Amino acid sequence: MIKNLEYCIEPSRSRFFDWKELWLYRELFYLFAWRDVKVKYKQTALGIAWVILQPFLSVLVFTLFIGQALKVPSAGLPYPVFVFSGLLFWTLFSSSVNAAGNSMVANAPIINKIYFPRIIIPVSSVLVSCLDFLISFAVFLVVMLIYDVEVTLTEMIIFWPLAITLMFAATLGLSSLMAALTVKYRDFRFIVPFALQIGLFVTPVIYPASIISNEVIRLIASLNPLYGVIMLFRAPFGLPINNMELLISAGSGVCFLFCGLYYFRRTESYFADIA
Amino acid sequence: MKPILEIQNVSKRFCIEKQRLPYLTLRERFSDLWRRQNKETFWALKDVSLNVRAGEALGIIGRNGAGKSTLLKILSRITPPTKGKIICRGRIASLLEVGTGFHQELTGRENVYMNASILGMKKAEVNARFDEIVDFSGVARFLDTPLKFYSSGMQLRLAFAVAAHLEPEILIVDEVLAVGDAEFQKKCLQKMANATGSGMTILFVSHNLPSLRAICKTGTLLRDGSIVQTGDIRNVIDAYLSYQRTMQSVVEAVHYFQPFIKIKELRINGVESTCIAVESQDLTISMVVDFSKRTPFELDVHIKKDDHVVVSYANFVKNSPEVFEARQYFIEYTVKLPALRSGKYKLDLYFTEPFVSWFAVLENTIELDVTNLQHHTFLNTPSLKWGSVLATGAVTREFMN
Repeated sequence: MIKNLEYCIEPSRSRFFDWKELWLYRELFYLFAWRDVKVKYKQTALGIAWVILQPFLSVLVFTLFIGQALKVPSAGLPYPVFVFSGLLFWTLFSSSVNAAGNSMVANAPIINKIYFPRIIIPVSSVLVSCLDFLISFAVFLVVMLIYDVEVTLTEMIIFWPLAITLMFAATLGLSSLMAALTVKYRDFRFIVPFALQIGLFVTPVIYPASIISNEVIRLIASLNPLYGVIMLFRAPFGLPINNMELLISAGSGVCFLFCGLYYFRRTESYFADIA
Repeated sequence: MKPILEIQNVSKRFCIEKQRLPYLTLRERFSDLWRRQNKETFWALKDVSLNVRAGEALGIIGRNGAGKSTLLKILSRITPPTKGKIICRGRIASLLEVGTGFHQELTGRENVYMNASILGMKKAEVNARFDEIVDFSGVARFLDTPLKFYSSGMQLRLAFAVAAHLEPEILIVDEVLAVGDAEFQKKCLQKMANATGSGMTILFVSHNLPSLRAICKTGTLLRDGSIVQTGDIRNVIDAYLSYQRTMQSVVEAVHYFQPFIKIKELRINGVESTCIAVESQDLTISMVVDFSKRTPFELDVHIKKDDHVVVSYANFVKNSPEVFEARQYFIEYTVKLPALRSGKYKLDLYFTEPFVSWFAVLENTIELDVTNLQHHTFLNTPSLKWGSVLATGAVTREFMN
């Protein structure tokens, strides 16, 4: 009856993730995400249509007010395509970080009663946002075709996967960091939404980075990993890439990933005591 | 064969401050930088060592706060121990609660999958046992209804059905049987008894002593975070019960009908406990009573057999009851017990104004453990006449303060 299973419960465990264990629990990643997707659109009249409606409405509002009324330049692109290309990533980033921040507290009853690798919870909330991202991405491709935008295909094949990878690194890192911090300090329930609200305007989503004329401010702004992500993503449309800024951005994204996961790992065993 | 579970010198410390405020805030964190850390710590478990053999059903007993739940939480890896280690040689599933992860918006079917997966079942295993689970729960008709439309009983049955179909090597169960109707509880107990029969190791925490006795063969008694006794479940339960009795203060068990009287202290043969060994015919009942108004006051003493038949009765009524002023008194009664057969008796006290009203009573609490009071066997069962004074007594009274 006893398989060759033997393990130890000890006070100080390894600082690194137990990948074998995560693999054993792989079904739970999917299950938590699946549950959240299911629950998210229960009792809504429009259901999954909200996934398309939300970016559509934001693009519409930004086009009318920022593009038309304020005449913000869009580097030669039609403004809707321009703003959509930024919003695509910003929405994924902000909804992931927001959901992940609340996820540990929302799942406290489970955390207090059952053991599983805790990282599953913030990762699943990122996965939920990914579904929305995939759908909006498809919509974006359609919009691109409608406006008949000029794209350099080779650049697209190189830069887009890079942009998406960097975005995932940053999102995952910051999501797990916020999840861990919110368990400990509930202040982050107020800090996160506020910071995300400001973040939309600090990130070159609704305006091109080129309108920031001050070099120093641009370098500071590029500490935001999404700065690099959006720069990479817009490159095939003919927008410039600044190597220095990209490097800073990518570096900060990778830094977020490792710091976030490290901090999460270091604190996760005590979540049940304080959640 | 090596034990399936080796608990080696496990201790767990909590910070009292964290206990009071369930989470930290940044402000506290910053103010802590200036202040010296003066957090009080509290050891919920102290140096607990225990081996559990495969197939054993171990009951864990202890009063609230003895550390039972902390031990289970450490075993199920929800919280890490502060010191010590545990070696497990099998898959652990813990049922610290039924229906963990149930979501009100999901349907019964979806919840079964969700709950089972959280508890550690693979999707393929759930698929294989799905029909069994539904059969056991008896809610087949509502499987595709959202859980929020279920009655609480139905939710519970569904939850337990999932739990009952887990097949880990080690099952940890905490008080889950405290809920549900009698029939369902029986079904659950049956299921657990079968599980031990099939070689599963069970760790069971409960205050329900009969079900502990039914399921477990061995037991462990925890007190203030340490193991007091491990062994045969019946001995452990006895140890637990006798400790319970000595711990309970007699005075707290007094039930009051009137507000103007307060029993401050009560000793029988000089002992404050609820279990009194009686080896002579003399019984002294001493108490400190606080009267907040002038009161005529008497004490009635009943001695009952376990089956609630009163075997002896005494009071101290003179021609007119004694009257006490509004202050604190020390009163002592001495009772000459009748000849009683060895065994356990209950001593009930009635604080009264004779023939007028009861101020307070103390019933079914004090146990007299009588050994061999007299050798006159013909006196063994005193005949009972209501109102007759089988015992005689003397009263001393004096002012306090």
